[in-house]
Amino acid sequence: MSETPVSWATRRQHRRHETLIQWALFFCAALSVLTTAAIILVLLSNAVYAPGDKTAFFEKVSLWEFLTGTHWKPSDGPGGKYGIWPLLSGTFLVAIVAAAVSIPAGLGAAIYMSEYANPKEREWIKPVLEVLAGIPSVVFGFFALKFITPVVLKPLFQFLGADIAVFNSLSAGIVVGIMVTPLIASLSEDVIRSVPRSLREAAYALGSTRFDVSAKVVVPAALSGILASFLLAFSRAIGETMAVAIAAGGNPVFTLNPLRGAQTMTGFMVHASTGDSAADSIPRMSMYAVGITLFVITLIINLISGWILRRYREVYQ
Amino acid sequence: MPAITSAMSVPPSVPGVDRNLDTSRHASAIDVRNMNFYYGEHQVLFDISLMVPERSVTALIGPSGCGKSTFLRTLNRMNDLVEGSRSTGVCLVEGQNIMDPAVDVVLLRKHVGMVFQKSTPFPKSIFENVAYGPRVSGEKNRAVLADLVESCLRKAALWDEVKDRLNTSAMALSGGQQQRLCIARTLATNPRIILMDEPASALDPASTDRIENLIGELCANYTIVIVTHNMQQASRVSHQTAFFFKGRLVEVGPTMKIFTSPSEKQTEDYITGRFG
Repeated sequence: MSETPVSWATRRQHRRHETLIQWALFFCAALSVLTTAAIILVLLSNAVYAPGDKTAFFEKVSLWEFLTGTHWKPSDGPGGKYGIWPLLSGTFLVAIVAAAVSIPAGLGAAIYMSEYANPKEREWIKPVLEVLAGIPSVVFGFFALKFITPVVLKPLFQFLGADIAVFNSLSAGIVVGIMVTPLIASLSEDVIRSVPRSLREAAYALGSTRFDVSAKVVVPAALSGILASFLLAFSRAIGETMAVAIAAGGNPVFTLNPLRGAQTMTGFMVHASTGDSAADSIPRMSMYAVGITLFVITLIINLISGWILRRYREVYQ
Repeated sequence: MPAITSAMSVPPSVPGVDRNLDTSRHASAIDVRNMNFYYGEHQVLFDISLMVPERSVTALIGPSGCGKSTFLRTLNRMNDLVEGSRSTGVCLVEGQNIMDPAVDVVLLRKHVGMVFQKSTPFPKSIFENVAYGPRVSGEKNRAVLADLVESCLRKAALWDEVKDRLNTSAMALSGGQQQRLCIARTLATNPRIILMDEPASALDPASTDRIENLIGELCANYTIVIVTHNMQQASRVSHQTAFFFKGRLVEVGPTMKIFTSPSEKQTEDYITGRFG
């Protein structure tokens, strides 16, 4: 019986192939880590400590003024004020309105899709939601400015006897809420669906209505994932830029009145990076300090959501 | 047909179960007539007629895929949850035809409870698990709920083991305890009939023993229908045994008769382990 001898060389070639793939994949993974590291480096080198003859933001403005000041008036002259609070209030005002819109809508959509909809309905609801998620942010901005404010909100608040500005954080929050609704719906639906069927059957067998099953068994069982989806959506709402910059305007006022205009952290950053101040001027450098603040806030929110996921996950056999 | 003398050695029954019960003299809790059941185009049950006497245990036995679980699930309309299922025939539960589309399945399922093969405690406390049924029925009074939880846990022989930790998670209980908790939870909706789908098949022998004795106690007040793969179990806990094969009810009769002198050859082959 003759047996073709295995060529050792071929085998090594296979191995080389493997090694190549391994390196390519490693490069892909490393790329995102490197990018993150580079971003942090750029932020820090402009905000905290600048090498060479450049001066970093916090070398000119004290951290204390930045964290406690309630006026944000970037200017090269002596009148420049760099208190982060107006930007923080604008950001959180928009994000909270967005949460108030997207949490009920997103969770409701998720429950409907997983507990109520038949497969045919699900077939078209999901793509529609994905289309919503694919609309560019600028379009939402103009939708807020040209439709939601003048057509919906203005008559409504006139009827209530209040006045709403052309640029206002309410309309910005509403469109951001609409934008992040698909995110909540899709993430929550995934966790809701992963609740074992046996749990639903047990609830039905105890004489539950569909609503009992959804609200008292399925949602509580999936709560950790649902909360995590809320937080992820919240951190996206905080980071949302274009729609907010267009709808809420660019006036940094320290206010919690959603009927007035506001500037958010991201809105200011766009403004600063496209403005006409010199590249190493304080107004331009302040952008990096705001960037770090934003980065830290979203990082904290994402860490909390990860912690909730791990801490409150129910383990099913 | 001559009596089969050594069909199998029948083990002693659990206390409270009379295996020679003359079922024809009992009022019926469930009376199924000519039931057919389909998943889509596929017929699963063929012309089933079966009477379940009040306050007794009926065991459904048969090889996997014979339709006994499907049949059990028609008795509280759990199959409604399966897309594309339909059925014909009549199923009288205490005189009312539950196959009627107008029947309120939510009310029906409070009346006809169900315990599943896999224990399915909700991710809530032990107390909240048992209180679930009464709560969805609208009971809010904490004292009433507390009394009910205690009495149901006692009936399910679980009270002494959990009375000091009612507010801890039910997920931390052992498999056998979880299953008794599920029985307590079912009792809390105050059913008349309890359906059990292989309630002990995932449990160790000691826990199985407890469940079997519990069935013997419960049948003084409740009508029980149990699906089991374990022939010994069927013979220990039931008054009446029904043998299903390929979607048909081959034979039904007092448990002692089915296990010692079945009328049908197929039944004899199955219980003596010649197939299945």
